[in-house]
Amino acid sequence: MTEWRGERQARDARIQAGRAHADGKVVPAGSVVDLLEAVLRPGDRVCLEGDNQKQADCLARGLAACDPGKVHDLHMVQSGIVLPEHLDVFETGIAKRLDYSYSGPQGARIAKMLYGGQIQLGAVHTYLELFARYFVDLTPHVALIAGVSADRDGNLYTGPNTEDTPTVVEATAFKNGVVIAQVNQIVDKVPRVDIPGDRIDFVVEADTPFYVEPLFTRDPAAMTETQILIAMMAIKGIYAEYGIRRLNHGIGFGTAAIELLLPTYGEKLGLKGQICTHWALNPHPTLIPAIESGWVQQVHCFGSEVGMDRYIRARPDIFFTGADGSLRSNRAFCQTAGLYACDMFIGATLQIDLMGHSSTITQSRVAGFGGAPNMGSDPHGRRHPSDAWMKAGREGQVVGDPALMRGRKLVVQLVETFGEKLVPTFVEKLDALELAKKIGLELAPVMIYADDVTHIVTEEGIANLLLCRDADEREQAIRGVAGYTDVGRGRDRAKVEELRARGVIRRPEDLGIEPLDADRALLAAKSIKDLVHWSGGLYEPPAKFRNW
Amino acid sequence: MESLTFRHTTKKPLPGSVPNAITGVVASGNLEILLERVLPPDACEVAIETPIAGYGPVWEAVVADFVARAQPGGLRISINDGGARPDTVSLRLLQGARLMEA
Amino acid sequence: MAGAHAASTDPNALSWYEATARQRVVALADPGSVQEFLPPTERRMSPHLPLFDLPRAFDDGIVVGRAKLDGKTVLVAAQEGRFMGGAFGEIHGAKLVGLLRAALTLKPAAVLILFDTGGVRLQEANAGETAIAETMRAIVDVRAAGIPVIGLIGGRAGCYGGGGLIAGTCSRLAVSEGGRISVSGPEVIETNKGAEEFDSRDRALVWRTMGGKHRRLIGGADVFCADTVSAFRQAALDLIGRAPAFDLATLEAEQARLESRIERFGDCRDATDIWARLGVNDPEAVPAMATRAFDETVSRVREADHDAR
Repeated sequence: MTEWRGERQARDARIQAGRAHADGKVVPAGSVVDLLEAVLRPGDRVCLEGDNQKQADCLARGLAACDPGKVHDLHMVQSGIVLPEHLDVFETGIAKRLDYSYSGPQGARIAKMLYGGQIQLGAVHTYLELFARYFVDLTPHVALIAGVSADRDGNLYTGPNTEDTPTVVEATAFKNGVVIAQVNQIVDKVPRVDIPGDRIDFVVEADTPFYVEPLFTRDPAAMTETQILIAMMAIKGIYAEYGIRRLNHGIGFGTAAIELLLPTYGEKLGLKGQICTHWALNPHPTLIPAIESGWVQQVHCFGSEVGMDRYIRARPDIFFTGADGSLRSNRAFCQTAGLYACDMFIGATLQIDLMGHSSTITQSRVAGFGGAPNMGSDPHGRRHPSDAWMKAGREGQVVGDPALMRGRKLVVQLVETFGEKLVPTFVEKLDALELAKKIGLELAPVMIYADDVTHIVTEEGIANLLLCRDADEREQAIRGVAGYTDVGRGRDRAKVEELRARGVIRRPEDLGIEPLDADRALLAAKSIKDLVHWSGGLYEPPAKFRNW
Repeated sequence: MESLTFRHTTKKPLPGSVPNAITGVVASGNLEILLERVLPPDACEVAIETPIAGYGPVWEAVVADFVARAQPGGLRISINDGGARPDTVSLRLLQGARLMEA
Repeated sequence: MAGAHAASTDPNALSWYEATARQRVVALADPGSVQEFLPPTERRMSPHLPLFDLPRAFDDGIVVGRAKLDGKTVLVAAQEGRFMGGAFGEIHGAKLVGLLRAALTLKPAAVLILFDTGGVRLQEANAGETAIAETMRAIVDVRAAGIPVIGLIGGRAGCYGGGGLIAGTCSRLAVSEGGRISVSGPEVIETNKGAEEFDSRDRALVWRTMGGKHRRLIGGADVFCADTVSAFRQAALDLIGRAPAFDLATLEAEQARLESRIERFGDCRDATDIWARLGVNDPEAVPAMATRAFDETVSRVREADHDAR
């Protein structure tokens, strides 16, 4: 007779074993290791919640402290490899296999461990892709998640950083998995129920509040004239040109400069209401001046940002908030919004090759992708028109029946020609290819493929790749904005001038921009303190960004 | 430290009569540029002191583009570099020329 | 001079914190009045830095000269905090000492020192330390000659190390919120005493302990000004007009004041404890206060105004 309930019985047994260390669902922080050793089975697929912002760090420490004799060979399926513990478990044998999507601060160590064979890598995914696989072939047996508070029934308040939690819980709880949540405190009644209690099996009152990285805070004091010049070109040459109203910004200084130029330079160009009204974006502090100046209609967020909670609570017309008043973020939905409902993604990268492939991977660092490849791609499933999307489609269409033309998402790379320590952004060959060979990856970790990129903006100009008609034009268009890098100096000057005459390349002067006008005086806020003033004192920046 | 000097002949002198000007600060990723109107009107000399070796061809290209664009005849330009990127160098050179034209 | 043609900007809009040393001097003084001594064209650069493969600055990171302030002649020195952290090297120090000594013969209405320094330049430490001592000696002579020496502090490097010592010898000090005055810097304290004693990355703590508002509240500075060049100009004019006498009575009062300060506040664990003891109603609110609200708070604190610092 076929067994149809084996998984369910296994789940019941895990929960039964875990209950020995719990009072109802509640587990004291000191018993985390016992709980995990009781619930986990060798070879389990485990999602240890953590992404580029919040971390289930108490549970991560607990997992790393488990006895590798009892808990071993786990298959970690998680968004972020961010904490040291995320990799420690691979050194001790607690974990063996890994599928993930982002590894900012651990990028160097993960590269070393991949090379050393301590980690069996499945793949480096995008967020949305990994979430999708949670529901198909990477469904977790156990999910270790983080929230702000829970009641004794397990009803969970995630706080403003809801992020991945609903997705992870959905996949685990409804497919015979066990969900363990760490919370900052157990309360009688949660402010709002982000996850209903019947999806949470255990609640751990953590020893310290979960860690959140202020990843999206860019200090205006550090913005350079070059970044301001690039921002001016982007606003005038792309935002205004295509009438971009729905968009996502990356986390770099270039896009933060754009946010700070909207109320000043953008205002001067008369673009208010014409561009940047609807966003899929984390609550960037640098967006505050634009919001306060009436540029922004609404913002949906992947996660929150440290210090923005009071401001968001006071601006429910702009942000998605719960009945309790606090932000409700959701990474899966916001990624989907960025993919399908935005006409433009604009962000930075570390390397761009002659065709326009880009990567944030260097020879010694595997930083992962996060969400950029989703938002930075042209979604072939899109079926609703918009002026920006259709204009880009027309520019890109070379042959075929105009009646069957579809639009194009604008995917814009905003880069300075040289990065930190005079490392060139433009290269003949991406380091990612070398790395893939070195550690035996079947698929090179390319962040955004060339065929998705529509524009590259540097301090030298804008290259509109939609208008390039063959590979040679494309290469010269890229060389033509690559400045004084080897790639840039290797340009065919005559060809570049021809492309410029056709508007494929546009220099600041072609856009009516004087580079010497790119001055910090144009920034709506020149410091974090200015942002606090713009917010009416509602923005509370983390201590490391203060100078008062 | 690496010292580089580039000499160019220009088609015309830089307009204006400001005798000298300085712009920028020697800091990480930045540089200071001292401009002095002391050469014959069709000559321009750019002397660079940089702590970052091996970027001679890049400096040469940056300076050549600047000279072609600004026609800074008559100027001796002295640069103390703190590891500035080429785009910053270009910007400061243009800022300096503008100050001299005032 | 070269500096006269450094980009000048509207002093009402120009941020002191963001401006370069030369921009500060030009915008602070009466228009067109600055006459720089040993300008960049003289190329008086550090003889030591090339030995360390480090770039030099044409003025060795300090602008010195003569200028007019409301028609009165003043001597001015301005440190460039972005060049080697505004640190004192041999030439840098000699320019400041020379300026102060010249004051004895030029008899200006005041000497203004626009501090922006982390202290002594490590690569030329002996010369730098000597310069600190010589500067303090020279300030004493200048003050004894009846010429006020006014310190203006609001740059990104703050006023640390020997700079902090020199500031202590000035007649009057003006400071902005971004300005910091101390001897040992946050990182130095953390390195020596541990992060539990002083977490240098906790910038709110750094500013509460060393920042402009704290210094003003305890009387370590005499004016708190907004972060604009015009505010510093106003502060300088104000302070020149009310510089204290430099005599035994002042020094004795200063000694007595320092003794009572350590007695009164020596057991405080945080600047907010000191502010509470000074009678500030809501100490936690001080860091976020705008200039006007803060000035009102200061006006209710007796210790803030005192001839002896």
